[in-house]
Amino acid sequence: MAAYVPSHELIEHIESGQTWAIARMITRAEAGATEAREAIGEIYRKAGRAHIIGITGVPGSGKSTLVNKLAEKLRQNGRTIAIVAIDPSSPYSGGSILGDRIRMADLVLDPGVFIRSMATRGAVGGMAHCALDVVDILDVAGFDTIIIETVGVGQDEVEIAHAAHTTVVVSAPGLGDEIQAIKAGILEIADIHVVSKCDRGDANRCLTDLKMMLKDGLGSSGIDHWHPPVIGISSYADEGFEALIEALAAHKDSSVNSQRREDIARFRLSKAAETLLLEEFRNFLDITASAQKLAARKGDPYSLALSLIEDFKNENT
Amino acid sequence: MASTAIRVLLAKVGLDGHDRGIKVVARTLRDAGMDVVYSGLHRTPEEVVIAAVQEDVDILGVSLLSGVQLTVFPKIFALLKEKNVNDLIVVAGGVMPDEDVVAIKKMGVALVMLQDTPPKEIIASLQQLVAERGPR
Ligand SMILES: Nc1nc2c(ncn2[C@@H]2O[C@H](COP(=O)(O)OP(=O)(O)OP(=O)(O)O)[C@@H](O)[C@H]2O)c(=O)[nH]1
Ligand SMILES: [Mg+2]
Repeated sequence: MAAYVPSHELIEHIESGQTWAIARMITRAEAGATEAREAIGEIYRKAGRAHIIGITGVPGSGKSTLVNKLAEKLRQNGRTIAIVAIDPSSPYSGGSILGDRIRMADLVLDPGVFIRSMATRGAVGGMAHCALDVVDILDVAGFDTIIIETVGVGQDEVEIAHAAHTTVVVSAPGLGDEIQAIKAGILEIADIHVVSKCDRGDANRCLTDLKMMLKDGLGSSGIDHWHPPVIGISSYADEGFEALIEALAAHKDSSVNSQRREDIARFRLSKAAETLLLEEFRNFLDITASAQKLAARKGDPYSLALSLIEDFKNENT
Repeated sequence: MASTAIRVLLAKVGLDGHDRGIKVVARTLRDAGMDVVYSGLHRTPEEVVIAAVQEDVDILGVSLLSGVQLTVFPKIFALLKEKNVNDLIVVAGGVMPDEDVVAIKKMGVALVMLQDTPPKEIIASLQQLVAERGPR
């Protein structure tokens, strides 16, 4: 049937904005295809122009609906937008239903918008790592702003915060999740706080509660000169988006500097090293003998693991 | 190690507002380990094709109940050609007369799932179609 286009040949088509090529490269990045690794490296070297925005918040807080509206507004200002929408994989089958697109229907026919859905299960080494390869591809394809929508539970969003330029945390009234948000550390990663669904009567309460919590020091992002603003938004009533767009621009100007870029680079480097190391270690590893020893209580987990690592190191010298 | 799940876009084209069937199929495919992008109701051929290309799905599943199959599929295939896409597997689902099944298969639809097609058979057929297509 169709001919296989090698990854390095896709690059020029990506740079000229060919949707099929962008989409195919993303598929290969997501698969962690070895064939694509060199091309992804080349893409990384060409990337670095786009403003990368991470949007997170508990399930149902209105992220996708907000992204739909935000993208529409940014388009009116002449920016091109790519959206990476991440939904969870089923822990049972590994499959997923990716439904964020339903809320982004207004954007589909706009050639200045590219939307890609992804499941949390992806390449070895965690979501963020492969999502960032995807971001580079979209960057090289020429999109000005890249928005990553993640699921507001677990470790992945904290990783996204290490990797995005600007992280927006969405809280919503009526979800009763303040304590959970604190526990998950989700408030701490915000560069910008949004309270969504402000057309609802109970939104004010949510806004005040959040402001109180932040005042009590429950959400400091560690950057001295930037104080995360709290912005009320209603996607339904179309309110608050000017303030959000202003805050995004202000954060980009004040905080996306060489230090931030180095922090992100540091994160990516250690992620990439972890991924490769883990992969090699797994390929090398035959744990049957050690596992049998462990099961028979003839050894303990740490010393057996240590000796596996010793073997691995010796193999590689 | 390049292991990915089969990616499927399920779209509903036409004016009828029933999506129970398509949601059941979505769950069935997820439970078989596939990544299913669901794009909602009332999609036009143009919107469906744009989504399928951006999502780079292996399989585009179009569900229709309103008897529009003979106009929808020619549009879909024309758009795919225009967009340089030549390895997308297009399947149909829904209710339609036998002669329409023959007609849309001639246009390039790889598989037609009627309402009584058992889930296991759907899964197996889709897996087989992707295997036959080969790596991409
Ligand atoms: N009242 C009100 N409801 C909203 C608003 N925005 C979204 N919703 C509703 O909130 C629900 C969740 O919206 P989504 O945009 O899908 O939320 P999400 O955070 O993307 O959800 P997940 O991706 O599943 O985590 C839907 O029922 C929306 O209709 C808003 O501005 N006002
Ligand atoms: Mg969503």
